[in-house]
Amino acid sequence: MVSNSSDTVVLAHRVPLRSTAENALKIVVVGGFGVGKTTLVGAVSEIRPLNTEETMTRAGEGIDDLSAVRDKRSTTVAFDFGRITLNDQHVLYLFGAPGQERFWFLWDRLFSGALGAVVLVDTRRLEESWYAIDRLEQHGTPFVVARNNFDGPAHTLAEVRAALDLPDHVPLVDCDARDRESSKQVLIELLRHLHRLAEAQRAVVEETL
Amino acid sequence: MNAPRNLPGRDEDPDRLYTVTKGRSRPPEHAFDLVTLIVTEREAAPGMQSEHARILRLCATPTAVVEVAAELGLPVSVVKILLGDLLEAGTITARHPRFAPNKARLPDLDMLKQVLHGLQQL
Ligand SMILES: Nc1nc2c(ncn2[C@@H]2O[C@H](COP(=O)(O)OP(=O)(O)OP(=O)(O)O)[C@@H](O)[C@H]2O)c(=O)[nH]1
Ligand SMILES: [Mg+2]
Repeated sequence: MVSNSSDTVVLAHRVPLRSTAENALKIVVVGGFGVGKTTLVGAVSEIRPLNTEETMTRAGEGIDDLSAVRDKRSTTVAFDFGRITLNDQHVLYLFGAPGQERFWFLWDRLFSGALGAVVLVDTRRLEESWYAIDRLEQHGTPFVVARNNFDGPAHTLAEVRAALDLPDHVPLVDCDARDRESSKQVLIELLRHLHRLAEAQRAVVEETL
Repeated sequence: MNAPRNLPGRDEDPDRLYTVTKGRSRPPEHAFDLVTLIVTEREAAPGMQSEHARILRLCATPTAVVEVAAELGLPVSVVKILLGDLLEAGTITARHPRFAPNKARLPDLDMLKQVLHGLQQL
């Protein structure tokens, strides 16, 4: 193989996937500016979070026409991601997505095909989460809410739930995004929630059969 | 960790990206997901466009589209066009995500159990 110095640098730090990896799953971490999305992804990821970008038209489509790159109406959004090898076949990708309203078109792209989402909230700026929650509900993407505890909780979770107007069935948990175990528990909470939803859905299907 | 790396593709003159893809705008038939895993089937040939060759080296082990984009420092859309070329030439294969849950259909219980188990092992 021809060696190329820039590739050598790039490849040296890489943690490759297993050669048997064949099915990748997605979870999206959304939340307001600086709420700890990248920190949470990095805490559980087997790779240092990587950063990339997507250019999209305002209509929310990924560009497949390169002339759109030159188009002033297209927008470039940077996002980061990490990954977790689950077993020989499955790998889980975690995407940290900017929460601002103007990025909704990226969300829809990222959320399509995602198992679910984690909404990370900072109680000092709860209002930044409303839009994200609204959008997820509209999109039909299951989610859990995690309060990232910056300076120790100033509110009870019940207060947070009320302020977010969060339905009872949506899990709300505390976390420290810097802590691997704590961040892992948030993901496990999401998976348990998905499992409950899937079981309930199956029960409905069986009833109608 | 949070500061975006200085990627070569970022803030770059769109004209250069246009050059990388030779100005092609053909949407690939094969829609790649961000997490479609790319696997090299044939090594890079001498004289091949350098971006194509880099992708082939990178994907010697399965590599998600989004990782290819990050490692090459190119926008995802540009990478998808390059991958479309390679797929057509038969030099890569694509392992697409096996299911896409939607409003009407949650992932099956067995799959969710596998994910949960994998996370608990962390
Ligand atoms: N004290 C404290 N600091 C935290 C915690 N979580 C994250 N931080 C810090 O808060 C800052 C922002 O965290 P990021 O992970 O970059 O947040 P982000 O949501 O990715 O930010 P953007 O991508 O810019 O929107 C960083 O300096 C983190 O180290 C926490 O639980 N406690
Ligand atoms: Mg971030």
